[in-house]
Amino acid sequence: MSQKTAPRTLPRLLQAPAVISLLLWMIVPLVMTIYFSTIRFNLMQPDNTGFIGLENYEYFITDPSFWPAVLNTMLLLGWVIVITVVLGLFLGLITDAPFPGRGIARVLLISPFFVMPTVNALLWKHMMMNPVYGVLAQVWIFFGAEPVNWLTDYPLFSIILIVSWQWLPFAALIFITALQSMDREQLEAARMDGATYLQQLRYLYIPHLSRPIAVVVMIEMIFLLSVFAEIFTTTQGGPSDASTNVTFLIFKQALLDFDFGVASAGALFAVIIANIAAVFLIRMVGKNLD
Amino acid sequence: MRHHRPTYTPAMILRTLVAWSVTLFLFFPLGWMALTAFKTELQAIAVPPLVLFEPTLENFTIVQERSDYMHYALNSLITSIGSTILGLAIAAPAAYAMAFYPSKATKDVLMWMLSTKMMPAVGALMPIYVLAQSSNMLDSLTALVIIFTLANLPIMVWMLYAGFKDIPKEILDAARMDGATLWQEARMVLLPLAIGTIASTGLLCLVLSWNEAFWSLTLTAAKAGTLAALIAQYSSPEGLFWAKLSAASLMAIAPIVVFGWFSQKQLVQGLTFGAVK
Repeated sequence: MSQKTAPRTLPRLLQAPAVISLLLWMIVPLVMTIYFSTIRFNLMQPDNTGFIGLENYEYFITDPSFWPAVLNTMLLLGWVIVITVVLGLFLGLITDAPFPGRGIARVLLISPFFVMPTVNALLWKHMMMNPVYGVLAQVWIFFGAEPVNWLTDYPLFSIILIVSWQWLPFAALIFITALQSMDREQLEAARMDGATYLQQLRYLYIPHLSRPIAVVVMIEMIFLLSVFAEIFTTTQGGPSDASTNVTFLIFKQALLDFDFGVASAGALFAVIIANIAAVFLIRMVGKNLD
Repeated sequence: MRHHRPTYTPAMILRTLVAWSVTLFLFFPLGWMALTAFKTELQAIAVPPLVLFEPTLENFTIVQERSDYMHYALNSLITSIGSTILGLAIAAPAAYAMAFYPSKATKDVLMWMLSTKMMPAVGALMPIYVLAQSSNMLDSLTALVIIFTLANLPIMVWMLYAGFKDIPKEILDAARMDGATLWQEARMVLLPLAIGTIASTGLLCLVLSWNEAFWSLTLTAAKAGTLAALIAQYSSPEGLFWAKLSAASLMAIAPIVVFGWFSQKQLVQGLTFGAVK
């Protein structure tokens, strides 16, 4: 291989498999989804086909489950982000300074994030939230209260709790990592000058953490729009639509009702929402590349 | 930041107490599950809950016998290791080219790769299902390996790129001057220098693939089901099953949680695409 051609063709050749496979992974499903969304396409009625324009979109948006699903998606997203960011900051700050057993405590704290979602969801569904034998029911009885049937009476709240428990370690881990790059001398100086802890928080910690907070919010936005396994294994979106989010609604229309046309219209809707969140994240990461 | 032993002031003791109470509170569900795995089914639903009991290993054998745990574990191993190796094989050359022969387009290509990770999986569900069905790959390990690889590829390229970029290009140039072929250069110069980056990238992908649930729940059944799918079967079984569920869950998560502990830093870098270091 000659020195002159190597720097031009070889790098392209080496990048080709990654670029081509990701291009296919992006374009093929997208084009197919757009196509499916404009035709009549029900796996149960293979003979009933044909171009129907925007009918699937109309059907998806006027489905009585649509607005509840959108609202649930937003509530799930909003609450989990608030809970994980606030508690994550608390955990990050509280484990920032050394204390006996800090290493072990941190390992225990971040463990739930490495637990697969189906295990996480069933652990909560059965052992924690069971209204008769569950740990929470026992605690309620201990304090003389009536045990709560969490997944039936407060389905969305229960899902929020389960998902928050899984994502809190992620937020905490990001904040712990970010805090390690704090300017210790500046902190020390502030302490010497008699800054209270609240002042340190306000003027040193929070400004330093603003960027990690933004990153956590945006990454959680992208992942939490697609919460699926936690709903699939606990409430199946119910009772009625009480804990159905957009992802689960699309899954229901595709693999339970077998209406691929309507599900595809819904999928494009989900892609558009995700892209709105993605644009901001990509801009932010892009600045970091220079 | 361990310059000196911490001094035990009242504030310090208070902080230690608060930190440990919060930690144990948040870890409790997992700890409780681990404990339940060693109980009998009757002990598992005892009221009030049992903390002290004689541990039994029977749940682990029952889980293996009744639901063929090893079959699902093997599927999880094959899909996560397979997609990690395939992913590294595709991502490493790309990252090498981008790190050592950057062009004007490199940054755009990286950003575009990142954007493919932002696509919600459900957006591709219908096409992937139809493609898998028409190529006879529903409930097949091959389909899962390919999907896991593609889903992780952007993260892998990014992590490898970030690691390779820190290696001085002069070292590679020197090897080439001495007449090393590309393969020799990669194997004898780059690999020893980048082994840490490659290992941590692989580890993160192993964790992500092992825990993946969307595609394994929608595309697999009895044949290619992974552990995530096996556990989902316990969603509404009959009779007493908490101890067995706990045993199956513990076996499904223990190896990967330990891996996770070791890959914390990479996880932060990989999942935030280097925005937080």
